[in-house]
Amino acid sequence: MTNAGRRLLPSGDAAVLVDLDALDDVLRLYPALRASPPAGVLDIVPGARSILVTCDSDVLPLAALRAWLAGTPAATAARTGTAAGTGVTGSAGTVQIPVRYDGEDLDEVARLLGTTPRDVVRRHTGATWTVAFGGFAPGFGYLVSRGAALAVPRRPSPRPLVPAGAVGLAGEFSGVYPRPSPGGWQLIGRTDAVLWDPDAEPAALLVPGVSVRFREVGS
Amino acid sequence: MTAGGRGAAGELRIERSGPLLLIQDAGRPGQAALGVPASGALDPVAAAAANRLVGNGPSSAVLELLLGGALLRASAPTWIAVTGAAGALEVQGPGGVRPAPWTAAFRLDAGEALAIGPAQYGVRYYLAVRGGVGVPATLGSRSSDTLSGLGPAPLRDGDVVPVGGVDPIGPVPPLDLLPASAPPAGEVTLRVLPGPRLDWFAASAWDALRARSWTVTAEADRVGVRLDGPPLERVRDDELPSEGVVTGALQVPPSGLPILFLADHPVTGGYPVVGVVRRVDVRLASQLRPGQAVRFR
Repeated sequence: MTNAGRRLLPSGDAAVLVDLDALDDVLRLYPALRASPPAGVLDIVPGARSILVTCDSDVLPLAALRAWLAGTPAATAARTGTAAGTGVTGSAGTVQIPVRYDGEDLDEVARLLGTTPRDVVRRHTGATWTVAFGGFAPGFGYLVSRGAALAVPRRPSPRPLVPAGAVGLAGEFSGVYPRPSPGGWQLIGRTDAVLWDPDAEPAALLVPGVSVRFREVGS
Repeated sequence: MTAGGRGAAGELRIERSGPLLLIQDAGRPGQAALGVPASGALDPVAAAAANRLVGNGPSSAVLELLLGGALLRASAPTWIAVTGAAGALEVQGPGGVRPAPWTAAFRLDAGEALAIGPAQYGVRYYLAVRGGVGVPATLGSRSSDTLSGLGPAPLRDGDVVPVGGVDPIGPVPPLDLLPASAPPAGEVTLRVLPGPRLDWFAASAWDALRARSWTVTAEADRVGVRLDGPPLERVRDDELPSEGVVTGALQVPPSGLPILFLADHPVTGGYPVVGVVRRVDVRLASQLRPGQAVRFR
């Protein structure tokens, strides 16, 4: 079996949870699954260490779903760039998000990392991020990056209302709030980019697999 | 009757909405990677039956009414069918009040109103109107998603709902009554399969889940049904990395008390899933009343 470290866990009579060792494995397997779904696959939902695949078991029996999930080789490298059919290519297949780095928690993030606010901005804009998975709210993407060195804990208590466009950090992730909601991430800036528009196709700017670069703009 | 047409457009005026009156259809499956819950009628079989009774397609938008206490007035002659929860139905017209049938099509004349009494069995009524509920769709569905706020807002007193003119319709079928039974009042048994994180629980947890009778709490909505009983014992206390969750999942937070996820559940979750209710049985959970007993088999 070439696909070591891939565990197919039961998730009822119409889904399988593919459990993986690391987020990197998710980023390598997700595009491969997206590229070749057999008829009857309904949803392919990446998570932090797993991918949930649901099916219409009248069309695709669970055994066939499991065989496909066991046998599909992962991409050799985590593919960045746009997910198929999203149409949100910027230059070099990357979504550019303009950010004003005036977030309420910017100083606190710098303190937690033992550096300066300017250095936090430099690290955030210097990295290439990838949308790993979503799920907190429609249009919210958990962004990861190699070497950004921006891992900070969540705020001790969440804010009751975070405005749309707020750019935050939490754990190994960065993210942008698609619409006003409660939230516990450390806020470092804000953007006017439209992250979520139910009337657009696709409705979400940040779908799993997409590459993101943040660009600093003046306040 | 305009067989094969789209039906005359009319309106239903919501004179009383009851505790929660929503528009629902087959929902938004297939968009979970965008963070969009499936949503849709919690009891799709009841919703499809109501549609069939008035000659609609199975996924036309219907009204989903929690617990009853609604009064809906028709602006034009309107065929209606009510399924799901069972309670007193009556038509209030200028000529007086007459009972309306459950799980059968009946007609409101212009100016007549349908009063839906408190649910005696189950908690969610489905009301199909001939031609469908004609509100704009969001992401391919007219469903109200109570978690993420997608789709039409819950209907309130004084709202007017457009009826017909949207979905293609066939004739009202010559059926007297659909052979449906009211949701059960006693203990409900749901068939369950092992969940992906069963190994996060004590070896006895799988048997414990199925040996006990669980009680439906008052925290039961379209997102999920919180159950009460002796807590399930976990053997791992670390944080589960966020992962996709299916409808019907029994997710167990640190309290040890499972939550059965229904159609508006978040697409990912951070607590282990001990078991998953069989897909066809999930709809039975949508009619559970607080205090009712549930057993997993």
